[in-house]
Amino acid sequence: MFGSRGVFAMKTMELHLTVNGQSLNWSIAPGELLLDVLRRQGYFGVKRGCEKGECGACAVLVDGKPINSCLMFAAQAEGRHVLTIEGVAIDGKLDPVQEAFLDHGAVQCGFCTPGMVISAKALLDRRPDPTEDEVREALAGHLCRCTGYLKPVEAVLAAASKRKNRARRVKPLTEVSR
Amino acid sequence: MSRDRLVVGRNVRKVDGVKLVTGGAAFTDDVQIPGMLYGKILPSPHAHARIRRIDTRKAKALAGVHAVLTYKDVPRVPHTTAGQAWPEPSPYDTYLLDSKVRFVGDRVAAVAAESRAIAERALALIEVDYEILPAVLDMEQAMAPGAAVIHDEPDSTKIYDREHNIAGYILREIGNVEQGFADSDYIVEREFRTQRQQHCPIEPHITISWLDTDGRLVIRTSTQVPYHSRRQVAMILQIPVSRVHVIKPRIGGGFGGKQEMLLEDICGALTLATRRPVKIEFTREEEFYMARSRHPQRLRMKMGVTRDGIVLASQLTVLATTGAYGSHSTTVQGNTGSKVLPLYRAPNMRFECHVVYTNNPVAGAFRGYGCPQGFFAQETLVDEIACELGMDPLEFHRKNVIRLGDTDHLSAQLGEGKEGLPRLVRSCGLPQCMERAARAIGWAQKRKSLPNGHSHLRRGVGMACTMQGSGIAGVDWASAFLKMNEDGSFYLQVGASDVGGGADTVLAQIAAETLGVTLDKIIITSGDTDITPFDVGAYASSTTIISGGAVKKAAGKVRAQVLDLASKMLDAPVDKLDCGNNEVFTTCVCRKAVSMTDLAMQAMYKEKLQIMDGASHFNTDSPPPFCATFAEVEVDTETGQVRVVHLATAVDPGTAINPMQAEGQVEGAVAQGLGYALTEELVLDAAGRPVNANFLDYKMFAAEDMPKLTTILVETDEPLGPYGAKSISEVPINGPAPAIANAIFHAVGVRIRKLPIRPEDVLRALGAKRAANLEEEALLTP
Ligand code: FES
Ligand code: FES
Repeated sequence: MFGSRGVFAMKTMELHLTVNGQSLNWSIAPGELLLDVLRRQGYFGVKRGCEKGECGACAVLVDGKPINSCLMFAAQAEGRHVLTIEGVAIDGKLDPVQEAFLDHGAVQCGFCTPGMVISAKALLDRRPDPTEDEVREALAGHLCRCTGYLKPVEAVLAAASKRKNRARRVKPLTEVSR
Repeated sequence: MSRDRLVVGRNVRKVDGVKLVTGGAAFTDDVQIPGMLYGKILPSPHAHARIRRIDTRKAKALAGVHAVLTYKDVPRVPHTTAGQAWPEPSPYDTYLLDSKVRFVGDRVAAVAAESRAIAERALALIEVDYEILPAVLDMEQAMAPGAAVIHDEPDSTKIYDREHNIAGYILREIGNVEQGFADSDYIVEREFRTQRQQHCPIEPHITISWLDTDGRLVIRTSTQVPYHSRRQVAMILQIPVSRVHVIKPRIGGGFGGKQEMLLEDICGALTLATRRPVKIEFTREEEFYMARSRHPQRLRMKMGVTRDGIVLASQLTVLATTGAYGSHSTTVQGNTGSKVLPLYRAPNMRFECHVVYTNNPVAGAFRGYGCPQGFFAQETLVDEIACELGMDPLEFHRKNVIRLGDTDHLSAQLGEGKEGLPRLVRSCGLPQCMERAARAIGWAQKRKSLPNGHSHLRRGVGMACTMQGSGIAGVDWASAFLKMNEDGSFYLQVGASDVGGGADTVLAQIAAETLGVTLDKIIITSGDTDITPFDVGAYASSTTIISGGAVKKAAGKVRAQVLDLASKMLDAPVDKLDCGNNEVFTTCVCRKAVSMTDLAMQAMYKEKLQIMDGASHFNTDSPPPFCATFAEVEVDTETGQVRVVHLATAVDPGTAINPMQAEGQVEGAVAQGLGYALTEELVLDAAGRPVNANFLDYKMFAAEDMPKLTTILVETDEPLGPYGAKSISEVPINGPAPAIANAIFHAVGVRIRKLPIRPEDVLRALGAKRAANLEEEALLTP
């Protein structure tokens, strides 16, 4: 019935990795999950939704590829580049995907949002002009109980066209904003 | 209104959006508290058992364990976990810990330890000797003579008939149903069954509690009801309310599952026992069977109509199970009658319901609150009647549905666990909802002919109409407080609980509109029992209309203070002043103005005046939002697979304060409604154990599975709502199941009267239909 997170008689090991561009040295237990270690280190944007690789809330990019961090031992991140949601906005400037999520109402409770944004960003880095089906496929591993996925899909498509500098917006938005 | 609305009715970004898209520390678990222990609950492995002996010595001796609690260590206070206004209408049949367990997953003991691993080890070291009791797992058997009595403890109260496992019973009638049926030309009666659906918030329930430096118990928790939780925890732990401080941070989805005091009491008890911060969170598996679900029901519905399709009488008889505890038992089931039957203008209605205990996981509040079950039965039955009469179901609805100016008298009989108040329909966009959603799906052509040919893939279209309420009339109330800051911004404090639906944004929009400032000038804090004034919480589609009403009132009072001062400053009478765009200006030709900033500085440093005020608000009526759902499906007659091709939902929410967010509410509700219709069910084995407590085996709709969605907002102006708003979050969940069932009938001619509609159900029904046809043919061939 319970997870096998055997951090019991704890032996520690050293982990060297890069998170959001910062080179770091952490002391971890060999069996620890990347999800647990990231959260312990204060990367709270990495969410715990199921711990079984079924919801996508814990997604991060490892060397540019979306990975559910609950399915990866922290030790496996040795020497690799991890991008969490905290590293997506640069110097306070939101990524177009994040902007689009806000403008399209794609965020409700926001618990699935970091994972979705991370996967959408990876998709757009790979395929700057995806079809709707490709967007849905990229988001398929991210369960969202709030939005019905329509607005997140719209947001990713809008971010794609914005990244390509097509000024066209998918939906006209009024200008009252924070 | 002297000017156009500047903030209300606009698609503004969520006020808390940036921290959510950037992964800011916003949720319950996003804190690190030094010395925090990890709490864990030992779940019962048995559906019904008495604890003969429980030995915690080994667990306590384990290094790193700080407390192990059993029923022997905690106060025994009967209560309900339902987060409802006091006095809660739900039975007081639950205990912090008990010597008896009543479902697989019931609390046996709780531990607090230095790590999760140690806590899990400690649970395994607790030795329990159970006397296994016969279990009641089938709700049909619960009232049978000789069935095991689930609540045989003498101290539980408000149980309708404990000897027969009946948590609650309801019987209400208006008019004379027997006469109505006698006058009818055509009567149909059918039986329907609905399943155990889970809320599945992506953030499972979680609570962190600690003692602050004054020794008060602080509870940071994933809740829809901070105030009810505070009151209940204080009662259960036997400490004064003033010694409890409940904080609701951002919540990762609730859907009713967090309208429940579920972990707060046990977490608080562990903190009191250890004097340490403690965190308890459900794993996903625990969330599936130790939290709450939608009440499974068996519904018998009977309707009598005239030859030309006018409904004369309707009767709904329900058997529902609340599982092992009666949380929300009579109130959810009351809604199955009171919010469903009055959709039709029948003069005669009867609703009867037994809610029984079983040794199953506990049901509770779930978006729709009894309506999805009732509308599935009613709207499927109505479709059948219309088809039998040779009438277009859309025409049948047009003729019979409740309309502007009507009074719903059933609601007067059926309130929140007591007599209610009559509902008057003061705004109604249902006719436009029907027409517009019908057009979106292509109803007129598709009802007549679909290009089905001889393919095994057959298309069909179906529809359903539904309604809900906006707050509980005479029960729900809220308050709000506003104060002005030196830069002309306002600090808004509300007890309302944004659980992800965007309430903070909507409430801030209402405040901004009333005060004539831009949205960035409203800073909102919500759901903190120390800082914000009272609110019943986020449920019953109440926040926009009730909490929004409080905000509008409070903002109106503050606006009056602002205008008073501006009147002095501008030397103009108040009735010649208006505010907008962060200034107060004269409405006469002279067009003098003072900015909110200058006005605030004047107030604070010249007048020595804090501009501030608060207000409370409630309604004596619960204006119904309306909804029309139209579905197009494709049924594979070889596999029984049903694919929803297109789902069009048109909703009348009154005014949509934030249309983009309102659409999001519809689309999210529809996704849950699709799961309810086709895939979602927590399945229990013969011993009452869950067999699919994970996201692989419990199938929610994912991005790839969704059909094309069309969302239509039909705005009306509700006199009882702030800026004409009613509600929107619940009503769209009711329609998908019946609309899909009706579309399946249109496609392949079989009626499915159970949920979820699985491929095997469709295949079996098709097989039965084929067999019946063959038999008929055999009879006809000489
Ligand atoms: S928490 Fe990792 S996939 Fe759900
Ligand atoms: S926004 Fe709540 S789970 Fe996706």
